[in-house]
Amino acid sequence: MRSRDIALIALFAAVMVVLGLFPLIELPLVPAPFTAQTLGVMLAGSILGARRGGLAILLFTVLVAIGLPVLPGGRGGIGVILGVTGGFIVAYPVGAFVTGLLTELAWRRYNLAWALLCNAVGGALVLYVIGIPWMAVVGDLPLRKAITGSIVFLPGDAAKVIVAALAAVAVRRAYPLVEARA
Amino acid sequence: MLSLYHEARSPVHALPAGVKLLVLLAAGSAAFLVRSVPVLAAALGVVVVLYVIARVPWRVALRQSVPVLPPLVVIAAAQGLLTGWSTAALVALRLLAVVLLANLVTLTTRTSAMVATIEALLRPLRPLGVRPERVGLVVALTIRFIPVIKEQADQVRAAQRARGARRGTGFLAPLLIKTLRLAAGLGEALDARGVGSGERSQAGSATVRHGPSADPQGDR
Repeated sequence: MRSRDIALIALFAAVMVVLGLFPLIELPLVPAPFTAQTLGVMLAGSILGARRGGLAILLFTVLVAIGLPVLPGGRGGIGVILGVTGGFIVAYPVGAFVTGLLTELAWRRYNLAWALLCNAVGGALVLYVIGIPWMAVVGDLPLRKAITGSIVFLPGDAAKVIVAALAAVAVRRAYPLVEARA
Repeated sequence: MLSLYHEARSPVHALPAGVKLLVLLAAGSAAFLVRSVPVLAAALGVVVVLYVIARVPWRVALRQSVPVLPPLVVIAAAQGLLTGWSTAALVALRLLAVVLLANLVTLTTRTSAMVATIEALLRPLRPLGVRPERVGLVVALTIRFIPVIKEQADQVRAAQRARGARRGTGFLAPLLIKTLRLAAGLGEALDARGVGSGERSQAGSATVRHGPSADPQGDR
């Protein structure tokens, strides 16, 4: 891995931090805050590809764990990861990797429709699949309750999928970095 | 950029980062096996005593711990209504003890010590092509890129205003392309100067100059 890749990885970890500075909306009955950071997860995967995108977001998760206040509202530290919503943060790198993998597979015919699909699976579905059971286990909640409690995220996530897909398609045209797979 | 570290002289601060993380891992796992309210309450008491030993002012401890409370309260309330208040107490105590202990590790361990621990953990992976000494470099670069992104965002906005572009014209894509070019250029400059690529090169001691806006060591 060359220094260029290292710099790109650092850049997207920084993008995650900047997205965390956006005002945070906390709903009274929802155990996890709305955050713009899942947008960064999708962007990292769909612009850098699986390996670099996954590493960029893994780096961000490491920054959280080593105690930098990089989550919305200046939160950070291992406590957040071990808490009820920590599964979503642990899922971020996996989500970026999956987004990147799907993007690489679709790269030759990549367009807005593919971008929407890749981002929705990697940047939303993967996060739910890891984050919601985590919430159920850590909070000793029935899985069904954890799922119903998470429905409120759908509209926001749909909006982020669209924003990320539009940006990914535009960046592919101007500055393509992903290498097609298969 | 501020770290959540709280400077003080205490036996807890003096413990090596690796030891603290190991204790946290062990205590965290144990807490999920315990299903007794008195034991967990005692564990929470021990954690509070550790805060006192670590000389963390209650104000600092509170500032660090309050943000994790809302989800905890919601879960405990849901638990109480669904399965009874004894389970709610169990879950709340367990989470509180684990989260407070984790926050204590964060408050008493320097970011640099954490980075060093990660480098040490990655060292066995060296035969697989992992270069642990690059962790410090990449963390420094990330911290440096945060204000750079802000600068670039201001520039994109100013350029769009100067062209009289309508509000709501794509902003994210131009910003991403600009910062991607900048990062790629910086990476190539690092390669050209052999930073982070030499066998024994120490990222932390390397000095890199690439103009005022792309200095990775700038404000560490």
